[in-house]
Amino acid sequence: MRKSTCLLGALAVLASAPAALADRGSDGHVNIIYWQAPSTMNPYLSGGTKDLEAASLVLEPLARYNEAGDMVPWLAESIPTVENGGVSEDLTTITWKLKEGLLWADGTPVTSEDIIFSWKYCTDPAGGCAQSEKYNDVTSIEALDDRTVKVTFGVAKPFPYGPFVGAQSPILQAAQFADCLGAKAPECTDANFGPIGTGPFRVTDFRPNDVISLEANPNYRDASKPAFATATLKGGGDAMAAGRSVLETGEFDYAWNLQLAPDVIANMAAAGKGETVSAFGTLVERIEVNLTDPDPALGAERSTAKHPHPFLTEKAVRQALSMAIDRELLVEIGYGSAGRPTCNVLPAPEIYKSTANDACLVQDIEGAKKLLDEAGWTVGSDGVREKDGKRLSILYQTSTNAVRQDFQALIKQWWSEIGVETELRNIDASVFFGGDPASPDTFQKLYADLEMFANNFDGTDPESYMANWECKQAPRPETQWQGNNMPRYCSEEYDALVAEMAKTGALEERAKLAKAMNDMLMQEYVLIPLVDRGRVSAKSNTLGGVVLNVWDSELWNVADWYRVK
Amino acid sequence: MFHYTIRRLLLAIPTLLVISLIIFLLLDLAPSDPTANLPLTIPPEVRERIRESLGFNEPVHIRFLLWLKQFFVNEPLNVIESWLGLEQGDRLRVLSWQTRSPVVDLIVQRLPQTLWVVGMSYVVGVLIALPIGIYSAYRQYSWFDQIGTLVSMIGFSVPTFFTGVLAIVVFSVWLGWFPSIYDTTHKVTDWESFLFQVRQMVMPVCVLALYNAAQISRFMRASALDNLNQDYVRTARAKGVRERSVVLIHVLRNSLIPVVTVIALGVPQIFGGAIITEQIFKVNGLGQLLIIAIQGGDVPTVQTLTFIFAALIVFFNLIADVLYGLLDPRIRYD
Repeated sequence: MRKSTCLLGALAVLASAPAALADRGSDGHVNIIYWQAPSTMNPYLSGGTKDLEAASLVLEPLARYNEAGDMVPWLAESIPTVENGGVSEDLTTITWKLKEGLLWADGTPVTSEDIIFSWKYCTDPAGGCAQSEKYNDVTSIEALDDRTVKVTFGVAKPFPYGPFVGAQSPILQAAQFADCLGAKAPECTDANFGPIGTGPFRVTDFRPNDVISLEANPNYRDASKPAFATATLKGGGDAMAAGRSVLETGEFDYAWNLQLAPDVIANMAAAGKGETVSAFGTLVERIEVNLTDPDPALGAERSTAKHPHPFLTEKAVRQALSMAIDRELLVEIGYGSAGRPTCNVLPAPEIYKSTANDACLVQDIEGAKKLLDEAGWTVGSDGVREKDGKRLSILYQTSTNAVRQDFQALIKQWWSEIGVETELRNIDASVFFGGDPASPDTFQKLYADLEMFANNFDGTDPESYMANWECKQAPRPETQWQGNNMPRYCSEEYDALVAEMAKTGALEERAKLAKAMNDMLMQEYVLIPLVDRGRVSAKSNTLGGVVLNVWDSELWNVADWYRVK
Repeated sequence: MFHYTIRRLLLAIPTLLVISLIIFLLLDLAPSDPTANLPLTIPPEVRERIRESLGFNEPVHIRFLLWLKQFFVNEPLNVIESWLGLEQGDRLRVLSWQTRSPVVDLIVQRLPQTLWVVGMSYVVGVLIALPIGIYSAYRQYSWFDQIGTLVSMIGFSVPTFFTGVLAIVVFSVWLGWFPSIYDTTHKVTDWESFLFQVRQMVMPVCVLALYNAAQISRFMRASALDNLNQDYVRTARAKGVRERSVVLIHVLRNSLIPVVTVIALGVPQIFGGAIITEQIFKVNGLGQLLIIAIQGGDVPTVQTLTFIFAALIVFFNLIADVLYGLLDPRIRYD
């Protein structure tokens, strides 16, 4: 008894000691593997998650989100709010102040000019900046002194934390990128591959789509960090091989985003070299219902508001489709510990999470049948329900992906039990999500009755995400088939809530509005949420300090990582 | 022969131009979008601006002519300038859409990995295949021939994505002998680092060599069999030439003629990389570059790479023909 307590105590000391005592570079080398290889270190030129995360080792924003989704000051001294005077009363300006004595990796000081430059860089119309949405409505940014900038918005911004917050909009060094504005941006290959940053590491060798070699930044603001002297971020291969290299062979210390079947991960973890870490964000796998008629006979007007859907406009049908689904089973088969059933399209952060729709967690085939019976849909001779000469026969599409095709097959089975005939279709992801207005197969065009995909939002504020289902967001020929309102849902009441949220500043009020919008979509069954998808990564047993964060880059706290000895 | 070669080289120019046009049109017709793989959180207006900045929305002929100019004028000029040590002019190079860096630089960066691993596997494959092929033919239907046939059937029909993963599971996961992930940044500086390089190359080279050897050994065997039954072999034996010389000098030389051309025709495949094997072992050479570019809708990279492969195939076809003429005096092209 005493012995084991001693041992535990010793272990605890061992585990905590390196974090407290380590000097910069004392823990040698860390190996990270991303099965999608990073293509560039400039997050403004690529919106890809792999590129953002690789860049986050080097480039840093003024503030980040922590693992709980709360904002924490990073390069800034504190988070400006209305209370501390950092955000103006009319919500049109926000004033950020840099920490004192910040240096770039090349030893020059970080100043307000760098912040202003980052804004100019991303908003240059010829640059094709992937993150320009972060700078929406910014009319000017002025330097109040060397460390202070005031960002002015053209409209009142209840959530002014778009610019310079999170891995998507870090600060670039003005001196390095000065000649890289606009159309010149892609020609600055050296800068794009080896940006000078403030982060814990700096690039020594960048091989696009292959491997990045890094070393500790000698000018990092915390003299004792990072614990690792050098780092390698290898890319390429597939999730399976990445998982294997951490969990089974132990060649790598950290593997990003293991999208694998639950039993595959469990088998690998059994080798005992590492463990998986998981966390949940806002990514929801959902079915979106087309409220308009996708009949090919309608030509250019198919799937537009001019022609309501013959039967999916009936709420009872949509509700029955949702009730027939066993979400628990879907999670078990498709995601394991990386998923949980959900009845909300807005599942997080906690303050936005509604509990009003949890009835959907339990599959109810009988209830669904009864609902359709009551609505007048009678089972025909072939087992498919009919009413007024219309058959409940639907086309259900999604992107090509093993888990999605499993889901389709299961759901088709459940729907056939309630008398709904389903035709399945899957489309290559690059076409489906490609948004090419000339292609009939994009998820925006929705030339089908239902479609399944996953979506989420950056950061923690759902305002623009919930605005996806405004009337005007419906993809249609006039918008070149762009927009996020796939169901073509249109409700004045909903639009009013969106407008109200855009001018509400108080967090509790905003939460109430977001919940109301979520409940409206859920109770109208225009979206059928299935699974709240988490992130699963793997870390070696010898790597300490990993805190998985789905609100920001996974490598957000790499400065705190250390070798467990 | 010389005239023939010149004629073929001149004919290759229009051929390659047509090939490049076909590749371009195929890529253009195929549905692809460089912004398709971006997270859904990036709004459509931003995607549109990204496409615009890449020049994706220009008409087809403009994009094709631009690519022609960049690839056939700007890139060679850059190379010539850097050879002569001149200052590089401010010319627009063929830029990859994914990395926004010059495609030619990417290819130069990837070439060593591919040549080392895939090239070595080809050499190893040929070295194994030739003796096996000749001995199998000499002892036709012996147990050695039967086993050789079995092994080459396995090598030929079992895909590398199976043998590769099998090798990783056995030698990396269970036995821990070889690394499962190839380190492309590794530099050979001393004996130890050389050994590491050998260790990390063993698995991908063997997996590919098995496949290559299977193919070539069958060719070698068939060709040797043809020759073993020829009159000149009987004559040589009747003259009392030693069996060793009969096989290794008379038969081998003559049966190598068709095999050499087969080997030459296979060389462009080395440059094409072995897409699957490179992916499995994370060698990240040209094959992996191509597949990532295809997935990412990176048209300039795909176009440039496929065109270079096409050029190599045309070129090695010519080499094979010329070699055939050189090795076999009976064949004259003029």
